[in-house]
Amino acid sequence: MFRFLRVNMAAKTCVFEDIPQEYAGLGGRALTSTIVAREVDPTCTPLGPHNKLVFAPGLLGATNSPNGNRISVGCKSPLTEGIKESNAGGQPGGHLARLGILAVIVEDMAREGEWWQLEIGQDSARLVPSTVGGCNNFAAVEKLVETYGKDCSYITIGRAGEYKLTAASIACTDRELRPMRHAGRGGVGAVMGSKGLKAIIVNPEGGRNHPLVDEAGFREAAKRFARALAGHPITGKGLAEYGTAVLVNILHEAGGLPTANFTVGQFDKHESLSGETLNSLTKERGGEGAVAHGCMSGCVIRCSGILPDKKGKFQSKWPEYETLWSFGPHCGIGELDKVSRFDYLCDDFGVDTIDVGVAVGVAMAGGGIPYGDADAALKAVEGISEGTPLGRVLGCGAATTGRVFGVRRVPCVKGQSLPAYDPRAVKGVGVTYATTPMGADHTAGYAVTANILSCGGKVDPLKKDGQIELSRNLQIATASVDSVGLCLFTAFAILDVPDALPAVVDMLNAKFGWKLTGDDVVTLGQRILSTEIDFNRRAGITQAADHLPDFFEDEALPPHNTTFDISRDELKTVFNWIEEK
Amino acid sequence: MRILVKLSTTLRDCVPGYDAEAGLSLDMPEGTSVRELARHIHVPPEEIKIVMINGRQSEGSDTLRDGDRVALFPAVGGG
Ligand code: SF4
Repeated sequence: MFRFLRVNMAAKTCVFEDIPQEYAGLGGRALTSTIVAREVDPTCTPLGPHNKLVFAPGLLGATNSPNGNRISVGCKSPLTEGIKESNAGGQPGGHLARLGILAVIVEDMAREGEWWQLEIGQDSARLVPSTVGGCNNFAAVEKLVETYGKDCSYITIGRAGEYKLTAASIACTDRELRPMRHAGRGGVGAVMGSKGLKAIIVNPEGGRNHPLVDEAGFREAAKRFARALAGHPITGKGLAEYGTAVLVNILHEAGGLPTANFTVGQFDKHESLSGETLNSLTKERGGEGAVAHGCMSGCVIRCSGILPDKKGKFQSKWPEYETLWSFGPHCGIGELDKVSRFDYLCDDFGVDTIDVGVAVGVAMAGGGIPYGDADAALKAVEGISEGTPLGRVLGCGAATTGRVFGVRRVPCVKGQSLPAYDPRAVKGVGVTYATTPMGADHTAGYAVTANILSCGGKVDPLKKDGQIELSRNLQIATASVDSVGLCLFTAFAILDVPDALPAVVDMLNAKFGWKLTGDDVVTLGQRILSTEIDFNRRAGITQAADHLPDFFEDEALPPHNTTFDISRDELKTVFNWIEEK
Repeated sequence: MRILVKLSTTLRDCVPGYDAEAGLSLDMPEGTSVRELARHIHVPPEEIKIVMINGRQSEGSDTLRDGDRVALFPAVGGG
């Protein structure tokens, strides 16, 4: 029942293939990265015909595992020029898995200016001229739903993807058919745009859950995993009540909330952007707002609340912490509704809220937009959809914006912007930013856990001791979690609850008839990282790229007045199982 | 001695009328520990997962000093 779907945008062919032996047992990030590493020339132009765009649900997709229906998107990134895996929630991952499609591989390009949409159903797939070219995500999905109905899920790009801007994202619809769950990072939307693929419609009709080798064993293990998630205060309650925005106040307190383009670690208006405020405002405004909302079927954590406007109508999803930060403290903006508007626009145009929010703050630092001026910033962001020169610059992310505006502090690694934790006050995550093959990315090895949250151990965030090892172990574990198809937020329970990881391993074993142990999970994670790093080396990205911009080493960050003092030689020891040639 | 207390999420419910912007300004005897202070304001110490004194990771057993700012958090996480 399991197959790959190979789509050629030039020939307009859609072919179901048996899964080659070398890909057996892989899913999610392990699968997208392996396919990209084997099939894509690492030196190719990312927005050209030789790049491929791969979509893959994880190993626990289409099962009753809690939180197991994520989708991974892989390609060579036009932003970092290295390998990319960006994953998203929403419905398409589970739907593809239920249809038995373990990967969709999109190759070559349609003729410039042509837009196509890919219809996928049970045992069928075809490309048809797109009916939504020129639309942003919300309008596109609304139109597609009129044609294809409410039972399908949708993967789309907005105009940013059509313009092939290097911070363009790919949107997946949530359970209510809103295109708000994005594979955000690395410009994957630009790759989809370069292929001429505007939308993918996944019709799950006739699909079913995957067969399980040991049904009773699976049920038992899934129950244990659900119990671990429900019993942990973060996954069982905290994320539902306050969203990821709960981090605003704690990072402010810890002096690690990058403010005014990474010049200070605290923001005086933090409270107005906090999870506590989101929670109370959502309840106060009522109407269509919701605390505790899940973005995909099977999510038991439910971090993605809905923020109503002053009249109680849907305004946007709860902005993630990263979004609150990028358009908030980083830009000197303390108005929640303005940040929410920014979030909505990013979802609609299809851009990464991190790279574009950071770009806005970098433009402010370069005098292109007045610092702290929310309305001017929103107007500039609207230019992304209109295709104004400033809009296109911002839509290409922080690195491009920094160049255009001649800025000294451009917070990027490998062309991708840093997220919402200052590496001088949360040093463990600085190690991850510097070394992950993905370009600066917190999710690749979320050392904020032990540095700030006292989760999975405790490490002093201002000191370098233990940070290399912490980041290494988290990067390995995360590569595995991303391959299993689990939402990364399950990791809070995995790090703290002794039975959580064994329960995941037992689910995999019961599904596939494997005999994996916890050690195999480590081996898998290492293998994925090795594959990704090897791709980057062949693309010309050497170990010399594994460092933070030098201002983090030069300038002390108030209030703790620390610099990033983990040396470049020390950073070279993160992937200590790889022999550099 | 004067201590400024900042509370997070559910811990705020323990202190009726807690003002999130201003925090809680308290006069405490010299040598008070974080845990003693928590009990004093009816925040159950077992609900506190993270303690920061002046923005530094600290422990419930740590003693406070005049002018300290102490922030108390239950288990929180995001990403
Ligand atoms: S925890 Fe949040 S991001 Fe993860 S699947 Fe649930 S709603 Fe989506």
